[in-house]
Amino acid sequence: MLKQTEGSHAVAEAVALCRPEVICAYPISPQTHIVEGLGELVKSGALTPCEFINVESEFAAMSVAIGASAAGARAYTATASQGLLFMAEAVFNASGLGLPIVMTVANRAIGAPINIWNDHSDSMSQRDCGWLQLFAENNQEALDLHIQAFKLAEELSMPVMVCMDGFILTHAYERIDMPTQAEVDAFLPPYEPRQVLDPAEPVSIGAMVGPEAFMEVRYLAHAKQNQALLRIPQIADEFARRFGRASGGLVRPYRCEDAETIVIALGSVIGTLKDTIDDLRAGGMKIGVLGIQSFRPFPLAAVRAALQGAKRVVVLEKSFCVGLGGIVSTDVRMALSGMQLHGYTVIAGLGGRAITKASLARTLTEAAADKLQPLTFMDLDWPLVNRQLEREARMRRSGPIAENLLRDVGTVASKVI
Amino acid sequence: MLQIRIHGRGGQGVVSAAEMLSVAAFEQGRHAQAFPSFGSERTGAPVVAFCRIDDREIRLREPILAPDVLIVQDPTLLHQVDVFQGLQPDGYVLINSKRSFDELGLADIATRFRHERLITVPASEIALKHLGRPLPNAVLLGGFAALSGLVSLDAVAHAIREKFSGKVAQGNVDAASEAFEVVKNEMAELAHAQTD
Repeated sequence: MLKQTEGSHAVAEAVALCRPEVICAYPISPQTHIVEGLGELVKSGALTPCEFINVESEFAAMSVAIGASAAGARAYTATASQGLLFMAEAVFNASGLGLPIVMTVANRAIGAPINIWNDHSDSMSQRDCGWLQLFAENNQEALDLHIQAFKLAEELSMPVMVCMDGFILTHAYERIDMPTQAEVDAFLPPYEPRQVLDPAEPVSIGAMVGPEAFMEVRYLAHAKQNQALLRIPQIADEFARRFGRASGGLVRPYRCEDAETIVIALGSVIGTLKDTIDDLRAGGMKIGVLGIQSFRPFPLAAVRAALQGAKRVVVLEKSFCVGLGGIVSTDVRMALSGMQLHGYTVIAGLGGRAITKASLARTLTEAAADKLQPLTFMDLDWPLVNRQLEREARMRRSGPIAENLLRDVGTVASKVI
Repeated sequence: MLQIRIHGRGGQGVVSAAEMLSVAAFEQGRHAQAFPSFGSERTGAPVVAFCRIDDREIRLREPILAPDVLIVQDPTLLHQVDVFQGLQPDGYVLINSKRSFDELGLADIATRFRHERLITVPASEIALKHLGRPLPNAVLLGGFAALSGLVSLDAVAHAIREKFSGKVAQGNVDAASEAFEVVKNEMAELAHAQTD
């Protein structure tokens, strides 16, 4: 059914259609509306049987999800930013134990400095934890990916993060098509655990493993991600057949045919990029965008195939590896091994800085002329940076950086955006 | 694509207004996108929310820099925030005030835009009458329907009823309807003055 609703609300409804049996949550912006929505559905009896557990921290949220999943329940939670960091130890445990928990990460920056706005630093910090990470381009895809995520997670017995841009998607009202319970039931079978804590058939889960088998357990996690590379497109195809729309998959090209320049990006910025690319194409530039829907497993072969005919690749990312540059870029480089392509990394939108069509058009035009720096910080305020660098060169007690910069920027309340 | 920017203060329902407007547009079969400016929300602080309406899927996610429509829920913002920034030359402006553009000190601004598209409406007073609280957000959507004809009053009423229920919904619908009439009359007067 078509509806005009908030992204968080749509995700809450879609998760409820997946019949989770345990939902544990600790509120943190910008995911709060999702678990609030689910809390209401559990309380009203619309989602039953399901236990909604308020926990005292994100660490507890993931620990409860682990316990619930090990007991054979379909378990769900959601978090963001510092919340994800606080649960990090349990996040690794969930994947190490092979428990198919689904978690929404409403992507948000990580402090310090404190910042509640969107970028991809949070989920990127957990990119090596063994969870699958799927990224949504819009709210329709966000809700669709949750339905696919439960199926994928449970088939593989591995946890899945669905990453959606905080605020930009979670707080946006847009048109979505909500499937019916019968459609979701037909797509997603009841959870059949590979391992379960059952008093009638006792096992232990969580053994200590020494050097004799640790590497093998870790390799098996990698083997499952390799299986996911096959299953993700199959599940997306089945989803498209049943629900009548394309969502998910490994990568999604847009106007990449004959493109000399291909931009790679994750998440909601793909929408703005598509509009920008339409304009640049109209001006004669041969350019396209390749959206990555599955960041873990990283689809090396699909990325490589998509870039075969291109002359250059621009990785636009809302994440930043301090001391190196791009995070997604590094993975894209792996896919390009042996290919002769100009490569550019553009860091954009950190801490919620707006990514505008005008800035994208300017940056991509420079890239297409091979005039872009290999590592570019889009719309960085250089005078502001240089002022602080000068201050630090001038005196020892230059003071706290964030406070200095805010003082230099002056009041922001009078600015519209 | 039609781009609407709504300015107000925390607590005035700025974000809800953009959301309701998107629901009204959806109700009329259009694609719509509403989103807030994502600041830390504090009562009384300047807040901005955005709404885009189009006949095809809206992919653009940037803030609205060049609006076709400005709705200003609190006239005290006029001297604090450059609300007119980026407004299209043929744009619409709806300000919550008992006073006219001239009385608000906006005579200069008014010369830069089409004066028949610049309207003030006493939304807080209308809200106070129907709701007992000076909440101007839904009221102004009624005014916007009259000013622009880009959404219908029925669609606005539907959106209000989706957001609120019971007496609050009815009060807001009544207030929006009154604002619709007030703006219609003002526009008729403006058109009349023009012919004179």
